[in-house]
Amino acid sequence: MIKRNDTRGNKILLFFLSMLCVALILISFLGGEGLVLPVRRISGFLITPVQKGINQMGSWLSSMAENYEDVAVLREENAQLKERVDSLTAENSQLIQDKEELDQLRELYQLDKQYADYEKVGARIIARDSGNWFQAFTIDKGSNQGIKKDMNVISGSGLVGIVTEVGGNWATVRSIIDDNSSVSAMVSTTSDQCIVSGNLKLLDEGELDLVRLTDPDNKVHVGDKVVTSQISERFLPGILIGYISELNNDPNNMTKSGYLTPVVDFRHLQTVLVVLELKDYRPESTTDVITSAGSFSVEQESET
Amino acid sequence: MRRKLVMAVLVTVCVILQSTVCPMIAIASIKPNLLIILTVSFGLMRGKRSGMLTGFCCGFLTDLFFESVIGLNALLYLWVGYFSGFFYRIFYDDDIKTPIFLISITDLVYGIVQYILMFLLRGRLQFFYYLGRIIIPEVIYTLLVTIVFYQIFYHINKRVSITEKRSAGNIV
Repeated sequence: MIKRNDTRGNKILLFFLSMLCVALILISFLGGEGLVLPVRRISGFLITPVQKGINQMGSWLSSMAENYEDVAVLREENAQLKERVDSLTAENSQLIQDKEELDQLRELYQLDKQYADYEKVGARIIARDSGNWFQAFTIDKGSNQGIKKDMNVISGSGLVGIVTEVGGNWATVRSIIDDNSSVSAMVSTTSDQCIVSGNLKLLDEGELDLVRLTDPDNKVHVGDKVVTSQISERFLPGILIGYISELNNDPNNMTKSGYLTPVVDFRHLQTVLVVLELKDYRPESTTDVITSAGSFSVEQESET
Repeated sequence: MRRKLVMAVLVTVCVILQSTVCPMIAIASIKPNLLIILTVSFGLMRGKRSGMLTGFCCGFLTDLFFESVIGLNALLYLWVGYFSGFFYRIFYDDDIKTPIFLISITDLVYGIVQYILMFLLRGRLQFFYYLGRIIIPEVIYTLLVTIVFYQIFYHINKRVSITEKRSAGNIV
């Protein structure tokens, strides 16, 4: 017992382990991810099933609690929902008509690859980042289900994040509200480019930073829809991110910046969809994409 | 051998709880830091060597799961464990005031170092905002959780020590 605390051996151990850590940090900074990946795979393979189990237990407990909700509340809700079903059915039939028309028009324009058509796989969030600084999470599907690094993750309503690492049956996802995340985006009405980045300070207000918006004609307004841009390296084009909630001129008077409210409710996110399609990014063809996007917007303008 | 097994299980369980249960009990999106409780507790109860190894394993496992920079948390927890080992001889380990004091100090320093490395270096300058919104709340929540978890770790340690002594006696 006394020997265990002898200072010399401890100092040597401390020095040795510190050096090991520094070496590991250097390796991961110099991009030697390949060296650590096997270790990550093994530990993920062992621990993910346990995390999955604990998570299922948690959701079971919360569903038990929900069972005790007041019956009257449920009845009222039922009546409301029935009303809603009626109105939605009416709306739906109209939408079906619209969709047929849209399909025809799309065929004409050969724009058959909208994000509704991408192949997707559903996944459940089983663990979250252990610290309080970043907003990453683990999902229970991985390379066995065809998930690859840099695939886009969406929820029913919009963009959630991007896959940063993949194991056999797990993958880690960095959400767009993470302080490290930035997404190249554009305003859907005017095709003006901007960058949407997460900010820990805005997390409480549920907002994201919107920076470097080029809007020379002053046509972008608060409330406009922001979607992922064609020129993004890793995000598929046209995925909804959110709506502009505030917009100001930058000091340089060339660009604008402001805030954006995401459509996804990140606090209550439990299941996500992974788009099983990687952005086919070729640096040499970027200019083509930009010009085609530009001509498209010009066409739109001339039409209106 | 038995102790090593117990420690391995404890570290794994804590890392798993930290990533699954802690987000569920988070208040205002602030999670308590179980790993720092574990590291400081064993540094305090068993000395520098134990603290260092526990801290290193805890940090390394969290790095494997979420941080893209591997080794950073391992290094921080390693030093936390070493530091808390200094108090091994000075205090009785059944007194809860010392672990509470030590855990708040180390969690505070841990938070500040993380802010400097991950945020300040990227140009997020509002230190006092992050101090008030993330670091201090985490320290307070961790303190409350310590009151429960230190007791658990204390009893586990006591159990293992008793069986160790008994088996040592049998051999002699």
